[in-house]
Amino acid sequence: MTATTTKSAYWAGVRDGLPYIVMVVPFALLFGVVGIEAGLSMAQTISFSVLVIAGASQFAALQLMLENAAIGFVLLAALAVNLRMAMYSAALAPHLGAAPFWQRALIGYLNFDQSYMSSIAKYEDNPQMAMPEKVAYFLGVALVISPLWCLFTYVGARLGATVPSDIEVAFILPIAFLSMVAPMLKSLAHVAAAVVSIIVALSLAGLPAGSGLLIAAVCAMVTGGVVETWTERAKP
Amino acid sequence: MTYTQSEIWLIIGIMAVGTFAIRFSFLGLIGAGAIHPLIERMLRFTPVAVLPGMVAPLILWPTSAGGEPTLLHFMAAVMALGVAYKTRKVVWGMVAGCAVFYGPLVIGLL
Repeated sequence: MTATTTKSAYWAGVRDGLPYIVMVVPFALLFGVVGIEAGLSMAQTISFSVLVIAGASQFAALQLMLENAAIGFVLLAALAVNLRMAMYSAALAPHLGAAPFWQRALIGYLNFDQSYMSSIAKYEDNPQMAMPEKVAYFLGVALVISPLWCLFTYVGARLGATVPSDIEVAFILPIAFLSMVAPMLKSLAHVAAAVVSIIVALSLAGLPAGSGLLIAAVCAMVTGGVVETWTERAKP
Repeated sequence: MTYTQSEIWLIIGIMAVGTFAIRFSFLGLIGAGAIHPLIERMLRFTPVAVLPGMVAPLILWPTSAGGEPTLLHFMAAVMALGVAYKTRKVVWGMVAGCAVFYGPLVIGLL
């Protein structure tokens, strides 16, 4: 493929990445504010965003750290939130698997919800795209989002130091989680998984912080899978 | 938070490596078999399986209120969930939830 089409694929990615800024900037700010309020240092707060780049799991880790959960449970719950990205990786592999190692590693680092969703939709609509174009498009989307994620985490962390400590900043976390989950409730199976997660988590709330949640998550995932299988079978 | 500095760095480091490993997994292993359909099906549910269970106790038993349910916490949660569901936009849910929860406080400051 010529350099021109690769370049235009990159800019198409940039264009498709722009709308996500509306969501990424406030979330990054919020992570910065809450991270500092929770007691992380500036370097730790920023390292989280630079090294992990996964909003929901960063917030999940922070929430469990606020509850002083055992480190193993913090890690398991936060990484569990990211497990869906193994599925993204599997879905992208047929399109990008032939790219050089360093490009695949870079894509792995930048493989988050927005870059995945835009790219897979683009690849499926344009099967004639060559592999370097696909890589360029992916990076276009991802590189609009990830620097802003890091930059606004920093801005938020600076702001966090100025927020009066009598304001209950930490309650933004549950509000954020609910706002993230609601649009994901796309089917009966998703709702069933969410309900099971709530019921099991509440009934195991007496267990050490984070442990009941893991059991709840496993029950909910199985529920989601089973209900989805049922509803598919029920279709004529 | 009662972790030592090195424990916090350990959490960040393992999350970074773990998250990368998850994201790179199938891209890294060329010629690896496809993910088992049953596993893939369950993986799709991880966010809705983890986050609601994490949130529920925070809404019902907020520590700031001594673990007792309050109308304010509950209403903020309902608004965030309802608005984000209706609009399918995370941002609007956040705006609605924060308006309910922090609105009275901001008005009080004015």
